[in-house]
Amino acid sequence: MAVTTARSSAPAGPRSRVRRWARGFRERDTWWAYAFLTPWLFGFIVFTAGPMVASAVLSFTNYSVISATHGVGLANYRALAHDPYVLESLKNTLIMTAMYVPADMLLSLLLATLLARATRMGGFFRTIFYLPVMTPTVAIGSMYLLIFNGNYGLLDRALSLIGIHGPFWQTDPNWIKPGIVVMLLWQVGTNTVLYLAAIKNVPQHLYEAAAMDGASAWRRFRDVTLPMISPTLFFTFIILTIYGFQIFDQIYTAFYNPSNINTSSDSSLTYVIYLFQQAFQYFHLGYASALAWVLFGLIMIVTIVQVVVSRRFVYYEGGR
Amino acid sequence: MTTAAERAGPPDPALPVMVPPPPESAWRNWRDNTSPLTQGLFLFLLAGFSVLFLYPFVWLVSASLKSRSYVFTNTLVPQVLQFNNYVRIWHAAPFLRWFVNSVYIDGLAAATVTFASALTAFAFAYFRFPLRNLLFGCVLATMMLPTAVTMIPVYLIWQHIGLANTQYPLWMSNLFGSAFYIFLQRQFFLGIPREYFEAARMDGDNYLTMFWRIAVPLAKPALIVTALFEFKAKWTDLMTPLIYLHGDSQFTIPRGLYALLGQYAPSAGGQGDYELIMAALVLATVPMLLIFAFGQRYFIEGISLQGRKG
Repeated sequence: MAVTTARSSAPAGPRSRVRRWARGFRERDTWWAYAFLTPWLFGFIVFTAGPMVASAVLSFTNYSVISATHGVGLANYRALAHDPYVLESLKNTLIMTAMYVPADMLLSLLLATLLARATRMGGFFRTIFYLPVMTPTVAIGSMYLLIFNGNYGLLDRALSLIGIHGPFWQTDPNWIKPGIVVMLLWQVGTNTVLYLAAIKNVPQHLYEAAAMDGASAWRRFRDVTLPMISPTLFFTFIILTIYGFQIFDQIYTAFYNPSNINTSSDSSLTYVIYLFQQAFQYFHLGYASALAWVLFGLIMIVTIVQVVVSRRFVYYEGGR
Repeated sequence: MTTAAERAGPPDPALPVMVPPPPESAWRNWRDNTSPLTQGLFLFLLAGFSVLFLYPFVWLVSASLKSRSYVFTNTLVPQVLQFNNYVRIWHAAPFLRWFVNSVYIDGLAAATVTFASALTAFAFAYFRFPLRNLLFGCVLATMMLPTAVTMIPVYLIWQHIGLANTQYPLWMSNLFGSAFYIFLQRQFFLGIPREYFEAARMDGDNYLTMFWRIAVPLAKPALIVTALFEFKAKWTDLMTPLIYLHGDSQFTIPRGLYALLGQYAPSAGGQGDYELIMAALVLATVPMLLIFAFGQRYFIEGISLQGRKG
């Protein structure tokens, strides 16, 4: 380390910088570092980078295990643009994500704010809100079958108590997606804990100053809490969206379990479920690879848009 | 000592360092300012939400103790407690087998990913070496990559080496670490004062013994967080077992539960024994709740750590 620091003070032209960089490989420490990295590097090449290339190549073939493989050019991509299931599942996924992400963020923010302000029993309630996160996703999907049952389900019974005739959550195409979002919101606990930690990190003196200026509770929330936790909000906005695009377990259990695999409505078909079916039920591995790359591209575009649009609203302390 | 620390220099400012949370007392002072009335309102709201969050659990346990004709009645206290449901499901499905499979696979997955990620995270936190930022960029990029992209070629790899229908694919890739945990642990390693490492070096440790004697014990909380997160993630994972496991005796808990839905649902030729399925769900959930009861601190800490990257 000492040697590196000493060297960096020497005048550096572009060529000497390259040479110094290359010389780094000859240092003992560098070899140690790479020795530590070897397992991960191996895994990265074999299980991530390699498969990425392979999947890109496969997406231009008709690979399907059973028949002979040959290149088909852009045929997979052209086919998926006209595949009604692709369009349907894409639409479903986008609608569900668009409902789920804001709902999850708002509910988390509400719960975290309440938790942060509760003097007593804050930890106790936090535990309760986090418990659903520990529940296996398959269990949640299975419980959904009973709780959201349109005839006898707990939810509709509860709604009927306040005079609402509950919908058929599992068969009415208009209500399938909202029902799924409600099911997903049960696991809001992760985000709640995250926001709570962020709120607790807001410097105390900012609130004191705001209170001294006579700011109301709402103003303190809007002008102190929100800007100070905006990096966390931004972070979860992106993570939740990526997660939303890929939700599988709960929906697959509730709608594509062996008992209703043929009867399920297309309204619950998400993009990843369709991809999974194409890959591992029909073994259209080439086609599924193309589907995967479309998903990847979509996630990239959405993330970039989110970063560009949100940048204006995120406040980094110290101008970072 | 000091010279060694000085020469090492401050941590790279471009990389986030773990910030200690503000003292709890300061926060408490602020909260105490709210009037009892507001406090009461908050408690009331929190209690209301708690009921919403807890009710499904209570309902689930209750449903698991009902007889078949009452599963759909939604009354909280069953007229007759059918503890027999648990005995029946235990015998009707190879539940013990699934349980053992899950514990064995998830345990191996958690142990291997913790150790491998620690090695990698330590290298990124401690050493300065050419290509470091590029490689760490690869770690971060991996976190954003949808599993769907690599899923098919990875399956083909396992098939090629003849392990596609075994339990190995469920944990073996963890031998090489996992991006999210590498990121998490690196944050932790960065928080350890460099003097500790320099002192160990002066005691004659090489980097490997230093890692083992100094870094690992000091990062224990982060390692426990990793192990618990991974164990939980594997315990609930359905997609990977769907791809690789074929046959009752191989199943993990989630894969087994999924199979049960087919076994009992009326439209698949079953008898509609939902009370048995509910009992199975309770059996699958309780271990996670127990783990949470003992490791709650680590789960909360692990999540809070993610948010601190800003």
